[in-house]
Amino acid sequence: MSATAMPTAPAATDHLSGAEVVLRALKDQGVDVIFGYPGGAVLPIYDALFQQNHIRHILVRHEQAAVHAAEGYARSTGKVGVVLVTSGPGATNAVTGLVDALMDSIPVVCLTGQVPTHLIGNDAFQEADTTGITRPATKHNYLVKRSEDLARVVHDAFYVARSGRPGPVVIDLPKDILIKPAPYVDAPKAEAPHRSYRPVTAPNRDAILEAVRLLKRSERPIIYAGGGVINSGPEASRLLTEFVRLTGMPCTNTLMGLGAFPASDPLFVGMLGMHGTYEANLAMHGCDVMFNIGARFDDRITGRLDKFSVGSKKIHADIDPSSINKNVKVDVAILGDAGQVLAAMIEAWKSDDTPIAKDAQLGWWRKIDGWRSINCLAYTQAPEPGAIIKPQHAVKRLFEITQELGRETFISTEVGQHQMWAAQYFGFDKPNRWMTSGGLGTMGYGLPAAMGVQIAHPDALCIDIAGEASILMNIQEMGTLAQYRLPVKVFILNNEYMGMVRQWQELLHGGRYSESYSASLPDFVKLAESFHARGLRATKLGELDDVIREMIAHPGPVIADICVDQKENCFPMIPSGAAHNEMILGPDQEKNAASVTDEGKVLV
Amino acid sequence: MSAMDTRTATIAVLVENEAGVLARVIGLFSGRGYNIDSLTVAPVDEAGRLSRITVVTSGTEMVIEQIKAQLDRLVPVHKVADLTVEGPHLVRELALIKVVGTGDHRVEALRLADAFRARVVDATTESFVFEMTGNADKIDAFCALMRPLGLAEICRTGAVAIARGTRQMAI
Ligand SMILES: Cc1ncc(C[n+]2csc(CCOP(=O)(O)OP(=O)(O)O)c2C)c(N)n1
Ligand SMILES: [Mg+2]
Repeated sequence: MSATAMPTAPAATDHLSGAEVVLRALKDQGVDVIFGYPGGAVLPIYDALFQQNHIRHILVRHEQAAVHAAEGYARSTGKVGVVLVTSGPGATNAVTGLVDALMDSIPVVCLTGQVPTHLIGNDAFQEADTTGITRPATKHNYLVKRSEDLARVVHDAFYVARSGRPGPVVIDLPKDILIKPAPYVDAPKAEAPHRSYRPVTAPNRDAILEAVRLLKRSERPIIYAGGGVINSGPEASRLLTEFVRLTGMPCTNTLMGLGAFPASDPLFVGMLGMHGTYEANLAMHGCDVMFNIGARFDDRITGRLDKFSVGSKKIHADIDPSSINKNVKVDVAILGDAGQVLAAMIEAWKSDDTPIAKDAQLGWWRKIDGWRSINCLAYTQAPEPGAIIKPQHAVKRLFEITQELGRETFISTEVGQHQMWAAQYFGFDKPNRWMTSGGLGTMGYGLPAAMGVQIAHPDALCIDIAGEASILMNIQEMGTLAQYRLPVKVFILNNEYMGMVRQWQELLHGGRYSESYSASLPDFVKLAESFHARGLRATKLGELDDVIREMIAHPGPVIADICVDQKENCFPMIPSGAAHNEMILGPDQEKNAASVTDEGKVLV
Repeated sequence: MSAMDTRTATIAVLVENEAGVLARVIGLFSGRGYNIDSLTVAPVDEAGRLSRITVVTSGTEMVIEQIKAQLDRLVPVHKVADLTVEGPHLVRELALIKVVGTGDHRVEALRLADAFRARVVDATTESFVFEMTGNADKIDAFCALMRPLGLAEICRTGAVAIARGTRQMAI
């Protein structure tokens, strides 16, 4: 059956099964690919998928990976990512991915199979209380109990996933609803407002004016931009860049916001937070006016709350009212979409005649340049070809070589030290090129996310910067890469440790490396080969560039095992419970971490 | 009022009357560690599509603002109103109170019930069930008086609340 041949009038489509209605609604929502894994409860959908060719199905090897792949797809395209899993274990396996998407505000619609309605609550085979389990794991969820609700619920789910602060939405689909005929209804017209969910996107003019005046009078301003700018779409990043250049103020990005402002711009002071740059964190600490756009004063950013930028006036623009005044009390609250807020700020900046505190701001830049000159990301790489590779250097070379080649490049990461090194040494000049698990910190995110990115951008270079421990958490997806010939590159910074855990144990737990050694590792080269991929290894500096070049040049998937210095730690670091100005810059200051109190140690 | 002072808030929430909405509201309170002093819910429109939840909670001003913002962003929530700060309002609770006893205690219970405008809705030779409405303080006071007189069982609805005058909460 071809969906294009189907009449558009709702009344004439009564002959569709529930499964066909689901697929038609997906198609009408602009879905062209879904990531999934079959099972008994969703067989009707798989059967309908088989009989159409509008929607491509990517068969993953684990449901968690399906959600991460959908996240990678969503983050790199700005579209909603779609997942299809079966009931029971299919749904429970997806939960980690859903929470990951919730924490990082990624729009995902996840269809879960369910036992037939008459068996719900009977502990039937592969029954799980999916809506119960996923209620706190999603932005919203639905259990479809009546065929007449089916099409409306699918449309509603897409609206909810992408509107306001985006997030994951689950639709639980009992098998009888998928088999029975169901009426199709078109998606509501864009102008028809949702019954109850109507997030505010247009900012309040007075708040904008107040913000602009505060910033103009500011002597030590800083712009702190987060993932909300990226979520708003590429236009918001363009506007952010325009606003920062218009005002000449320093700009810092959160981990989630990297790429929202070009890393190569001289006004960029780097990432802020626990492993942010010295200049970004000290500028946050010492500013007199802070403009937060699309970030949420997360604890990785603020460090110790009662010492966070104590002397500054704070402006916070966010689309989610519950993010404002949650952790940090702000002086000016702007509710709205980041792009619309920035457009209004630019206009107000140009029309408002408040004089700008120019001289003072020059002095502020001199101070920032002084902090910059400390060169907090410096590391020492021994130059001889036989030298052991520093992990920072591996990322830096990867960045430089991709720059040199000029290919469109997307980077994903796993979680740990390598993630922070990737954030520090890989510069992003454009939004949507950087996928990392920020809020949940999910090891195993990077490979499936890169897979989703590669599906959306078949010709781009997609690299997962990984740790040897994290990569094993979703290594089965090498099979998916092989099946769909996805040329994803897995670039492992292999330090044979759960490095980030080891670093905390070194700094905060007396060097007792309890269970943080990556014992019995596989031979990653052979592992790659057994999954029909290319395996490469670099054990010394002299091999690094060649391996990177060969990895990129190879037309298929590659695992590059980069054996790096096992003892290297990730700096700068604000130890838990410390303030921004109590940052540890390098190994010489590690002893400062010993002063972390038990109060600090309880923090994650 | 300092940032650490706590207050009580009576919050009215107008929601879509759909499956799971109450679980969402309760899950929000438990998941984020907010207090629930009482919570009531029932459909309130003709078609039965809207329900009104009244939740009494307490916390610092910042926490109460968070609670309202968190409630408001739930998809099936139409409106959130903090009756405590929005102006004069009425709060009522319904209680059914069983008192078991004979002799002087029984007579005294009946006399006090009259003073509190509690109605007798069930009686046997050894027991009364009183029905009373009022705010929580009044019901607390009545229950305290009944305790030495054979108070056997209390059943309370939790608060419902509405603004005085013409102010309305509608969609
Ligand atoms: C699923 C999951 N389990 C546990 C953790 C805690 N954790 C954070 S980083 C880390 C070690 C990661 O090791 P590796 O992937 O080798 O990265 P490295 O830090 O060595 O670069 C662990 C266990 C986590 N973030 N996610
Ligand atoms: Mg490691």
